[in-house]
Amino acid sequence: MLAELIIGAIKAIIVLLMVLNLSAILLWFERKGSALIQDRVGANRAAIVGVGRRLGLPNLGFVNTLMADPLKLFTKEDFVPAGADRFLHALAPFLAMFPVLITFAVVPFGDTLIIGDRSINLQAANLNVAALYILATIGLGVYGVSLGGWASNNRWALLGGIRATAQMISYELAMGLAIVSMVMTYGTLDLQLMCREQGGVWFGFLPRWGIFVQPLAFLLLLTAGMAESKRVPFDLPEGESELIAGYFTEYSGGKQAVFMLVDFAEIVLVSALVTTFFFGGWQFPWLYPDGFHLPGGAFFHLPNLAVAIIQIITFTLKVVAFCWLQILLRWTLPRFRYDQLMRLGWKGLLPLGLLNVAVTACVIVFGGV
Amino acid sequence: MPLWLFIFLAALAIIGAAGVVLQRHPVHSLLSLVMTLVVIAVLFIGLGAATVGFLQMIVYAGAIMVLFLFVIWLLNLQSQPLEPGHLALKFLGSLGSAALIAELLLFVVHPPPAITQNRAVAMDFGSIGRLAQSLFTDYLIAFEATSVLLLVGVIGGVALARRTTAGGGGAPGGTP
Repeated sequence: MLAELIIGAIKAIIVLLMVLNLSAILLWFERKGSALIQDRVGANRAAIVGVGRRLGLPNLGFVNTLMADPLKLFTKEDFVPAGADRFLHALAPFLAMFPVLITFAVVPFGDTLIIGDRSINLQAANLNVAALYILATIGLGVYGVSLGGWASNNRWALLGGIRATAQMISYELAMGLAIVSMVMTYGTLDLQLMCREQGGVWFGFLPRWGIFVQPLAFLLLLTAGMAESKRVPFDLPEGESELIAGYFTEYSGGKQAVFMLVDFAEIVLVSALVTTFFFGGWQFPWLYPDGFHLPGGAFFHLPNLAVAIIQIITFTLKVVAFCWLQILLRWTLPRFRYDQLMRLGWKGLLPLGLLNVAVTACVIVFGGV
Repeated sequence: MPLWLFIFLAALAIIGAAGVVLQRHPVHSLLSLVMTLVVIAVLFIGLGAATVGFLQMIVYAGAIMVLFLFVIWLLNLQSQPLEPGHLALKFLGSLGSAALIAELLLFVVHPPPAITQNRAVAMDFGSIGRLAQSLFTDYLIAFEATSVLLLVGVIGGVALARRTTAGGGGAPGGTP
């Protein structure tokens, strides 16, 4: 019993640290990557007493993003505007953070690890209704931004909060429908089982990933997920040219840092969900629990530990690739207008999602899949 | 679910419910209601009805309460000092709450047999498969009728919200 508890705690802490670290690295990548895309030098200040430069290394700006920035933010004055609702103003960043972080509990990052006579499921919480859990936590994520905007007693912030709320509940539908079609395809709501279903290959070379069965659902989930994370081109809630900074206009110091971290954690979340539903999660092509079965009959036996490590690394790399894709999109596309945003959500994604569910149902019933 | 956990969650739910009534500001009341709904969802999950619990979280806490928040904002409700109220209102209100408390007490003292009989539930009780089976077989007509009713409600809402005819003013899509 105690061992189970300790293993559960270790898994939860590993997932949490992976997400938070990846979010912080994304913050760096957002700066350096945007500089690369826009042909600028980019983040290159605040070297530690010039160590890197003395050694002749290029200064990548790790220091100012990962150390100078948090230090600056957390030592700044934590300002609360006059007439603000002090309690909700303080609570809102955490209301935004909490649902995002707990969603990762059901994302599997590997198959089964066997230590001694104990087999450990590499997933923080093995829930058999995980898909519902994801929708529930994402639904709760609305409160952080909306209340942050409202509690600031600032019109820009309130408008940002209202926009964020409207946008998130509009795109939740498309996201839910995309997830529903995946649930129908795999016949389970358990993400670990979904990942196992995606093992193996078709025709000897094509991995049995969800993307090849449900390409439309993939586009729906990625688009709706980006809208949920309120990033360009869906960053209406914080559109700088219209609303200063939207719902976190009146935030400074540590609370603003939390809101920033939420943004990046949401990118990681969308990447993790897309990877799990459509790209096999931790599945590596031709890798089976006992080793590699290459096409042509070649077989390399691998111990369980090596397989687990390869799976974890595969999952991480897939997530990082989708984080990169989202940052690339963010620096490529212009912002939507508000009516375009609503039209895309309600007249574009929602009917497509319904159609996808209907077609999937027909294929399952009449195609005998 | 261990008893101490149940008591803790039940206390949280009651605190939230009391907050709905006692808070002055509508937004604070609404947040208390969200807290109650989430805690009740957790209670459902703890009692083995995970599907119902998560559905409650998605539908009530995640969607309906957000709409309430919108309504509060758009009507610009502020915190208001309590109205002194008429004597008749107070009288009727206390009658109503007395009746409710009496019913609750009666329920505790003489529980209906369905609760006290410790019936064994099926293995798949509360699972999504069981839920779907009852929705789509035993209660199919009621389920479909409800969804048609909701659809009618949605269409009616859209029709009512559409104030101007074609060519009228107003931004398309309605920028908030």
